[in-house]
Amino acid sequence: MPDGLFIFFAALTLGAALLLVLSRNAVTSAMGMILALVGVAADFFLLDAYFLGVLQVLVYAGAVMVLFLFIIMLLDTEDATGAYPWKTAALGLATFFLLAAGVLWLFHWSGAVSTVKAGTTPPELSVNPAEFTTAAKSFGRLLYTKYLLPLEIAGFLLLVALVGVVSLSKDNPESNA
Amino acid sequence: MENTSLAHHLILAGLLFVLGLTGVLMRRNLLVVYMCLELMLAAATLALVAFSRFNRTMDGAVLVFFVITVAAAEVAVGLALIVALFRKRGTVQSDALTTLRD
Repeated sequence: MPDGLFIFFAALTLGAALLLVLSRNAVTSAMGMILALVGVAADFFLLDAYFLGVLQVLVYAGAVMVLFLFIIMLLDTEDATGAYPWKTAALGLATFFLLAAGVLWLFHWSGAVSTVKAGTTPPELSVNPAEFTTAAKSFGRLLYTKYLLPLEIAGFLLLVALVGVVSLSKDNPESNA
Repeated sequence: MENTSLAHHLILAGLLFVLGLTGVLMRRNLLVVYMCLELMLAAATLALVAFSRFNRTMDGAVLVFFVITVAAAEVAVGLALIVALFRKRGTVQSDALTTLRD
């Protein structure tokens, strides 16, 4: 049996994700998304990845979701009302239950995932150059040695996104078809 | 932490991913579809952190760092595209955007 904190946060995450998927109101969906991301961050904390948990709350649940809420309220889209069409509901239910059964089978009943407790180095990793630590310092060391090129590319990607968003949101009348 | 195994975290990540996929298939509001896509990304990062923790290497956790960066950039560009679409067509309901199909 997993411990109580994990059960609590897993239930919170899945319930909030369900709210995100099922709510007909986009603002309620965004609230469910924020709650689900906080639940994921709490699971990061349970996995001893404190730095990533803080990053998740700051970047995702903070900045990204504020952007989402801002756009939802700016566009002020009309909400669909009433029940889902039966075709959509059947497709959604079938997808969910088939794939959820697959997930449970693969990770639980098939026995493919070992049930070893945390903190035991697997035998195939006899040489472990980057031991898992909770310190943010170890992120910095890896980012500037082994992952230097991906870091540069990520920085360049942010620049490209910045320029792209500016050119997308500029209102240029001559390109209006 | 002592009482959870890798399988518990993977099941949570898998169920989150399936919920996100269901939302992408079911919903017609492009903004909600986009949020469901983000939920699938978050589920993938959860699996990465779990593998990283239980195999005692730092690489998965560093990969999550890049996933968060790319997702933030992607959200900015995607939302700008949705706003541009709304300015041109006046709607973000995907079943109203059938110009290419008709």
